[in-house]
Amino acid sequence: MITAPYLVVIGGSAGGLQPILTLLPGLAASLNAAIIIVLHRQSHYESVLTELLSAKSSLPVREAAEKEPLERGVIYIAPADYHLLIESDHTLSLDYSEKVNFSRPSIDVTFTSAAIAYGNKLTALLLSGANTDGTEGLIDVHETGGTTAVQDPATADVDYMPRQAIQLAPVDIILQPQEMATFINKMAGV
Amino acid sequence: MSRNLISEQEVSLLLNDVLERYGYDFTEYAPASINRRVNHLFQVDRFPSFAEYRYRIISDPAYALRFVEEITVNVTEMFRDPSFYQALRTHVLPVLATYPFIRIWHAGCATGEEVYSFAILLKEAKLLHKAVIYATDINASVLEKGRKGIFRLSQMQQYSRNYMESGGREDFSSYYTANYEYAKFREDLGEKIIFSPHNLVTDGSFNEFQLIICRNVLIYFNKKLQDRVLNLFSDSLEQLGFLALGSKETLNFTSVTRKFKQLENREKIWRKVQL
Repeated sequence: MITAPYLVVIGGSAGGLQPILTLLPGLAASLNAAIIIVLHRQSHYESVLTELLSAKSSLPVREAAEKEPLERGVIYIAPADYHLLIESDHTLSLDYSEKVNFSRPSIDVTFTSAAIAYGNKLTALLLSGANTDGTEGLIDVHETGGTTAVQDPATADVDYMPRQAIQLAPVDIILQPQEMATFINKMAGV
Repeated sequence: MSRNLISEQEVSLLLNDVLERYGYDFTEYAPASINRRVNHLFQVDRFPSFAEYRYRIISDPAYALRFVEEITVNVTEMFRDPSFYQALRTHVLPVLATYPFIRIWHAGCATGEEVYSFAILLKEAKLLHKAVIYATDINASVLEKGRKGIFRLSQMQQYSRNYMESGGREDFSSYYTANYEYAKFREDLGEKIIFSPHNLVTDGSFNEFQLIICRNVLIYFNKKLQDRVLNLFSDSLEQLGFLALGSKETLNFTSVTRKFKQLENREKIWRKVQL
């Protein structure tokens, strides 16, 4: 099976759901990339989240399953209470190890493993949030040649996470929520 | 990369060293997770270079043991996924009750929190006296912790909540004695648990069981190794025995699928229907 040639990984925490709901309807059906969403949340909201995002998107949305190959045009949600990693053969792995930045799934864990697996074919987008998860991951994405993007803190419900990233990581572009879909389409070869 | 100094190729060199020198085989683990842990240990132990890391592992058996214990994941909690334990209470225990003697294998049990959880279920169903639980793991130090049955007191609030959500009706704190920041679980729960080392990659079957529990272990293996281990479980189960996996693990698309039938609820419990 031919896996997705490009990958876009989106990480968000408190206030991260809103920009995701804004960008989903604008994604092109001809996307040449797989999309992974890592969103901090309580494990109880699990199935609700996939349904909620599915309703906003014309692309298929599903919870990431272990060993699943990444397909173009599919949106994968990191399951609650597991870290989501990307193998170099572009399949998915789950991991129930210690929390990172008090979080599982951790955005750093997914960003970093995606950086190793996808190199310059990767785009990472960090959204609103109240902790420092994602910053280290963005540094790794940049180092392997990927593109780093962060939500404009002025538009974020909780601006700590994007502000922290802009201060400490090499950020290529700062985006308003309504610009995100166009940006992703462009990065994903549409 | 600045923080990930060791490449996937270098990690496989290390894994080959550990296999050849010490007999622990991690070469069929899913690479992303093991790479992350090998890199993490490299940073925590502050090695100046990959060469020194490798030399230490090759030349120092005590350090090699640390390496083995640190790159395997030992995170666990009591009554993890309460609905899973609820399903064990309602669908599995009544069947186990019909046997004169109950043999259970909990594979990859880490520090044993889930083993004690299951012992509590057996106790409440009045089955513990005729049961034995073999709790195994590759890692000898975590087994030692399990044997002691001492866990952090700070976790007990969460565990008590999980216990109640799983359908528990007793006072959860009656199962342990609190002492400073630790909770020691009652001796009668531990009496029927045999903690013992077993390596799923290299060791074979050692008994026939009516229930095998192996949760969040297969996710660390590649497909080939998953298949091998599932066949080991299948061979170690009696006809109509139960196999219970983690909430994101499945028998679908594996070589043992046709031998098993999933219980009619959404929990990850299968029954062996074909020898």
